[in-house]
Amino acid sequence: MKLKELESCLQQVDGFEEPKILLEQYPTSPHIAGCMLYTIHNTFDDIQNKLVADLGCGCGVLSIGAAVLDAGLCVGFDIDEDALDIFKGNVEDFELSNIDMVQCDVCSIGSSYAKKFDTVIMNPPFGTKHNQGIDMQFLQTAISMASTAVYSLHKTSTRDHIQKKANDWKVKMEIIAELRYDLPASYKFHKKKSVDIQVDFIRFTPT
Amino acid sequence: MKLLTHNMLTSHVKGVTKGYPLIIKATEVKVNELEFNSQFVSRMIPKLEWSALIQAAEWLGHSQDLPSTLIPDYENDEEFLRKVHRILLEVEVLEGCLQCPESGREFPISKGVPNMLLNEGE
Repeated sequence: MKLKELESCLQQVDGFEEPKILLEQYPTSPHIAGCMLYTIHNTFDDIQNKLVADLGCGCGVLSIGAAVLDAGLCVGFDIDEDALDIFKGNVEDFELSNIDMVQCDVCSIGSSYAKKFDTVIMNPPFGTKHNQGIDMQFLQTAISMASTAVYSLHKTSTRDHIQKKANDWKVKMEIIAELRYDLPASYKFHKKKSVDIQVDFIRFTPT
Repeated sequence: MKLLTHNMLTSHVKGVTKGYPLIIKATEVKVNELEFNSQFVSRMIPKLEWSALIQAAEWLGHSQDLPSTLIPDYENDEEFLRKVHRILLEVEVLEGCLQCPESGREFPISKGVPNMLLNEGE
């Protein structure tokens, strides 16, 4: 499948109806999701026939993309029932049956899925406002779950901090791309129409 | 909820040391066809808690005479792999609950999604 096709396919995925500030429910645009998944699939072959987890899946755009690219099974994890309801609707619209989901708090998963998944993909909350450090909790959980690789998005401004953590956790960290994350004004406190933030698309692998 | 997912789920209720495997009390089960992929199924088998999978399939009435211990050379046994494929990926619990074997805490399954959230202090 070409990148363009994947992107336009992901445009059919419904997003949050009423995003929740406390959960930092920022949508992953079809463009960013498409680029991530295309690279994970074509460069690293970490989707097709793999057991994939999507942490903080929200309405499931990354999971749907992974399923479309023939993941063996993709399991989405999210705390929010409303987001999972939309995700379910998306799965039905796409008629996919290689998707499953679990409602849970990703921060309380701990190490209970140790190495059970091949690949973990995620666009974690960036850990601003009320949830400082949540991005690193997601990352640590993801690393414990994946036997092959973790793919994640993080603010470029936190790169040094993440590198330090990656060293502590003995994982290799590779910046695959620097992206401009176009954050549309989803919430009332956003005064500007949209804000661009610099985001790293990173691959973590066990050493 | 598919049984591959169930096979990985654990209860994290405070004080519980072995919240596994979760007991399935299903009120609605559905079989959702999925293309058979022998490579994926044989790669998943060594990662599974086999006895928990067989137990789960029995609870749902889909055990399909699968043996309680894993057979050798399953990679080349297509009939066997197809049966495992069915219970791992096609049989789904839509409604019911999961029960922690130690604390008895029940986790509802609604519209196919298990809710593993705990209340504060649990």
